[in-house]
Amino acid sequence: MSQLVFIAFQDNDNARYLAEAIMEDNPEAELQHQPAMIRIQAEKRLVINRETMEEKLGRDWDVQEMLIDVISIGGNVDEDDDHFILQWK
Amino acid sequence: MSVNALYDYKFEPRDKVENFHGMQLLYLYWPHHLMYCSPFAFLVQPDMTFGAFIEEVLKPAVAAHPEANKASFLDAQWQLNGEPFTPDASASLKDSGIDHKSMLTVTTPELNGIAGSAS
Amino acid sequence: MAVKNKKLNLKDKYQYLTRDMSWEPTYQKKEDIYPEERFEGIKITDWAQWEDPFRLTMDAYWKYQAEKEKKLYAIFDAFAQNNGHQNISDARYVNALKLFLSGVSPLEHAAFQGYAKVGRQFSGAGARVACQMQAIDELRHSQTQQHAMSHYNKHFNGLHDAAHMHDRVWFLSVPKSFFDDARSAGPFEFLTAISFSFEYVLTNLLFVPFMSGAAYNGDMATVTFGFSAQSDEARHMTLGLEVIKFILEQHEDNVPIVQKWIDKWFWRGFRLLSLVGMMMDYMLPNRVMSWAEAWEVYYEQNGGALFKDLERYGIRPPKYQDIANDAKNHVSHQAWATFYQYGHATNFHTWMPEKEELDWLSEKYPDTFDKYYRPRFEHWAKEHAEGRRFYNNTLPQLCQVCQIPTIFTEKDDPTMLSHRQIEHEGERYHFCSDGCCDIFKDEPEKYVQAWLPVHQIYQGNCEGGDVETVVQKYYHINIGEDNFEYIGSPDHKRWLSIKGKSTDEKAENANKDAA
Repeated sequence: MSQLVFIAFQDNDNARYLAEAIMEDNPEAELQHQPAMIRIQAEKRLVINRETMEEKLGRDWDVQEMLIDVISIGGNVDEDDDHFILQWK
Repeated sequence: MSVNALYDYKFEPRDKVENFHGMQLLYLYWPHHLMYCSPFAFLVQPDMTFGAFIEEVLKPAVAAHPEANKASFLDAQWQLNGEPFTPDASASLKDSGIDHKSMLTVTTPELNGIAGSAS
Repeated sequence: MAVKNKKLNLKDKYQYLTRDMSWEPTYQKKEDIYPEERFEGIKITDWAQWEDPFRLTMDAYWKYQAEKEKKLYAIFDAFAQNNGHQNISDARYVNALKLFLSGVSPLEHAAFQGYAKVGRQFSGAGARVACQMQAIDELRHSQTQQHAMSHYNKHFNGLHDAAHMHDRVWFLSVPKSFFDDARSAGPFEFLTAISFSFEYVLTNLLFVPFMSGAAYNGDMATVTFGFSAQSDEARHMTLGLEVIKFILEQHEDNVPIVQKWIDKWFWRGFRLLSLVGMMMDYMLPNRVMSWAEAWEVYYEQNGGALFKDLERYGIRPPKYQDIANDAKNHVSHQAWATFYQYGHATNFHTWMPEKEELDWLSEKYPDTFDKYYRPRFEHWAKEHAEGRRFYNNTLPQLCQVCQIPTIFTEKDDPTMLSHRQIEHEGERYHFCSDGCCDIFKDEPEKYVQAWLPVHQIYQGNCEGGDVETVVQKYYHINIGEDNFEYIGSPDHKRWLSIKGKSTDEKAENANKDAA
């Protein structure tokens, strides 16, 4: 059985950078646009890398900033200074 | 099983018959007529006759259903609290064995609701 | 030369500002300080194993929450200044907000109280801090929802006394008693009920597709408070999952207790969500996805992945999950039919879907809608058109546990109600399902006290014996303004005048006759 993790963001300017960074680092992920939100799902694992985000934004970025735009998640969370990871082990 | 609590956990049931001032609750379910979303909850007098219950309580409650006029309730198939039941129009509810919070089910097999949809 | 202060990394900061702020008591016993930690039978051997994956500390919490609030209130201001209520898809939509404000927002407040209470009861500092943050979040949700909807209250009926109604109105006893059940349980059951079963497994169904639907219907205020609240939920959900894993890892004796709670609270949450199913399928004039589709994505798919992950702890998917999955094709129609026929006792309006809407439902529910529900709805529409708008004038039987009228049907036979009844200590009790009946049998002392609105009316405790008096005096529902059919209602007329259209006189007369 497929075991998907997912993350949903408000469809705003910040989230568009997040979505771009996620799709770059997780090429297998699927991105869905729904009214006012962006939902990304992937098999077993999704990662947001601080480094990729900083490249996209052209500024320092704290991983916890994603808390402002996230709507929902599914999967076990593992967060540190450099990554935000969602996974089913 | 019982409640796991920090103290002796015991409460009176909130809907005992004595809280209904001489009246009692009676539920009635008419299968295949789901236009009425759930069984009815009626407040009735225990000494009301079954015939009066049909005429004065049940019939007005179902009057808006297009099959209401076709239903011959006294001749239909009845259950009381899940057991077969034969109504006696002249007996009181109490003497018919219908106690507080009893449920009557009346099945009219020839009637299957609006356009046969069990509605 | 002074050494520049190095920024702490996330893990160290969390350690210093959360765990290290706690201390071991010296002159009081731990069990006296935390008296509720043991009676449920949950065994905790080492609180230090508690992990907060977000590692959120209070300083960061305030910073991010302040930013969320600024964004949210900027949108509320813009919405009000631009008369945003005039730009929604249709005023029928506002009725979903009336249900939300009286049914959901008070639950946010109940959750605030619940987390404030249980947060006090854990001897582990990590759990206490997480509960504290969640308590503040829930208070914020309750407040922002009231602020958002206060704008609608200036222009539409039914929004004027939500807290009062929550305590009294028949169908609002469903959400109210749900939370009262959780809050009167012990602290670990509360977390399993609300953090895990409700927040993690089920609230996505309320806040994600419904709020996306609000956006699709032009309601920028609601979608924004919804998503702003949900940004906190992402943290709550993570807490929910961590709570479960933590309890299960602490001791094998915890597994059957947690499984029982998951079974109970999945079923209770599933029943509560019947209201949301109806909001999605019937109260959003522009539809994003059907309730069945939402259930498939957010329960069957995401919940399936979750329970597969929990297998390694010896946890199986909730009991009666198969019945819940099957019911996705029925519950929204059954709930709407119920509110339609009791629309004289609601603080919102009801109506029959228009032809295209019925066609949409037929398409989304190919196996059930035409067969079981469309004939009923077309009959009612016809009756209404002929001046006989249908209202059910007899009170319904209620389920002793979920307090919803016993409207649900059997999985294997959708033409029959799944009514159950038992005797307990000489009293008869009635239920909507095996799920609710099992919950009663497990803790009968709790549910024999249920304040069932129908029985309370019949006992004479609601200021009158007739529905009109109860509705007006006891519920504070303004008769002829807040309740009855939408077509021809004051809200409908106001909307037509906003849109520069004249009132449809024929529809108005039809409504008058019925009322």
